Amino acid sequence: MMTRKALIFLVAFLGLSLAGCAPKNEATGGITASGDILIGEYGSLTGPQATFGQSTHNGIMMAMDEINAAGGVRGRKIKILTEDDQSKQEDAANAVTKLISQNGVLAVLGEVASSNSLAAAPICQSNKVPMITPSSTNPDITKKGDFIFRVCFTDNYQGENIARYAAEQMHFKHAAILTDVKNDYSTGLTATISRVFTSLGGQIVAQQSYANGDSDFRSQLTAIRAANPEVIFVPGYYTDVGQIAIQARDLGMKQPLMGGDGWESPKLIEIGGKALDGCMYTNHYFYADPAPIVRNFVERYKDRYGAIPDSMAALAYDAARVMADSIKRAKKLTGPSLRDAIAQTKDFPGVTGTITIGPERNAVGKKLVIERIRNGQLTLQATIEPKAGGEETVVTPGPQ
Amino acid sequence: MQEFLQNLLNGVAVGAIYALIALGYTMVYGILKLINFAHGDIFMLGAFVGFYSGGWAAVHMQDKAGTWWSWPIAAAVMLLAMIACGLFGYLTERIAYRPLRNAPRIASLITAIGVSFFLEYGGQFVFGPDPKFFPTLVEKHLIRFAGIVTTNYQIIVLVVALIFMALLQFLIYGTKFGRAMRAVSFNFETASLMGIPTDRIISTTFIVGSVLAAVGGILYGLSYPKIDPLMGIMPGLKAFIAAVLGGIGNVPGAVVGGLIIGIVESFVGGSSFSSYRDAIAFVILIAILLFRPSGLFGKYQPEKV
Repeated sequence: MMTRKALIFLVAFLGLSLAGCAPKNEATGGITASGDILIGEYGSLTGPQATFGQSTHNGIMMAMDEINAAGGVRGRKIKILTEDDQSKQEDAANAVTKLISQNGVLAVLGEVASSNSLAAAPICQSNKVPMITPSSTNPDITKKGDFIFRVCFTDNYQGENIARYAAEQMHFKHAAILTDVKNDYSTGLTATISRVFTSLGGQIVAQQSYANGDSDFRSQLTAIRAANPEVIFVPGYYTDVGQIAIQARDLGMKQPLMGGDGWESPKLIEIGGKALDGCMYTNHYFYADPAPIVRNFVERYKDRYGAIPDSMAALAYDAARVMADSIKRAKKLTGPSLRDAIAQTKDFPGVTGTITIGPERNAVGKKLVIERIRNGQLTLQATIEPKAGGEETVVTPGPQ
Repeated sequence: MQEFLQNLLNGVAVGAIYALIALGYTMVYGILKLINFAHGDIFMLGAFVGFYSGGWAAVHMQDKAGTWWSWPIAAAVMLLAMIACGLFGYLTERIAYRPLRNAPRIASLITAIGVSFFLEYGGQFVFGPDPKFFPTLVEKHLIRFAGIVTTNYQIIVLVVALIFMALLQFLIYGTKFGRAMRAVSFNFETASLMGIPTDRIISTTFIVGSVLAAVGGILYGLSYPKIDPLMGIMPGLKAFIAAVLGGIGNVPGAVVGGLIIGIVESFVGGSSFSSYRDAIAFVILIAILLFRPSGLFGKYQPEKV
């Protein structure tokens, strides 16, 4: 009797698992049964970097709805399939695998956190599915292959400008660095900042590390305090940065903290509050920029979501529009064709600046802003633009 | 010297919270020989009750912020967390552990892991997986003396932790219930033959342990305002190590173990090995168990064949 029951279970189980294995054939060549073009998005909608994923998702959806309302591309609508990777590397890899092999997307948009983009890029590359990361800045990502692009600057550029601004404009001589050893973004940025800062005559007097998600930073900060730096570089993510600022002030430290675009989140000031006054970070765009394209975007975003778009939303909006524009220009609707079209993107008018994809598949010549927190408000400290064709940059101070 | 004292102070403040959690592990082990792996998650639950009730108070009693009223409000928040966790501790014992009282010990142990997962992932479902930020219950200000800087929060953590440890000490050695508890831990069957209501004593032990975890959760939320449903895992593990370190089943041992773990962590975090901070706790555990298998204060009982 027992064996018959077991047999029934076994058959039922096998049937279920076979059904799970069969390809869904939801899309062929990135086109759904109803004729829409299918684009995948993976992002951290939940977890410690949740606002990165949420802002990115908002930016992408707004861009795609606008494009579809204007008639779509090639006479088709674009459909976005979104997967949450919970701010985790392994889930980012799973999400992209699912989007490609199960949903058959034509291309992929995603991630903000560099470690997650680094986990997903090789999968897109080996499947010949183009991927555009809106805001991952680690230089290694686009080196994963010729299907991987980005529409933002890299950490070489960002790190250099953080260090340069600290040394040349703020005249800091002694600095400490607090690195998140769990994230490629932070370790990469740390290397660039310390190299450039020392080459400009500055001195790194203390180097400490933490792991993303830690709660206690007091011991590292106590060691930094003993070295008495004038500035502390914290190239990490906003959740940690807010707490680091609070605990630094709790230890009586008054130095400003400086960091990169990983700070960019509406949650940053909500967490850090007064402790962040005087701190600075580099960013991709300033939300109160008077340029019409920015003002326009900010207005429409506010109408739609009731919030000010952070730079993750702006970059996602740009990435989605570059993607749609490339689909329009592509010779055929295949991965390699689309890749060629993305690579040929030139002088595309984006919210975060004019986007031209360079030979290394990075957006070249983008401007960078330095924002400073004053009384719980973001203010524009400086705008840095690369001089045409050279390594030189132009620094324009913001309104005081 | 200044750095040394600062690290020492930071370490004691964290260690006091580990000690509060470790007490719950050690009491339950002392009585049931069960490692209640869900204990770290009860601690998380305490922090979340504090988050919601404190958040409610912050919205509805805005005019009282910064006045002396913030103290009774903070006390009420803590009391609420203690009641909720006490109730939860009672329920887990009643529903998950009591039916397995006479089952092999491994069954209870695996149930404990199950309850732990239930709380962690149930918490993600109910509270959401995003980190939340604990409200400021009392105004924070800096205190400076002898070159070290602290906040009134660290002082509050230390004082409250000490008060609850003293209360526990009194409960165990100064009351009838405590005597019964010690009897049950000494010999379960004999105690029940002597007319001690063992089930009630065990339930109460779970309640007391969970209440201490709730206090730890609130103090942790005050010091490190980022809370999420998985926040109980690491402090829970470290408190468990602290309990083993001090000799599991031994109450003063849990306190000393918690302080040692907290202080060592603080010094490692301030050295150039800061990325190995979490590993160090486990290294200490292994080192101590190699030389004293029953922990610092534990009694070594050779098995008689």
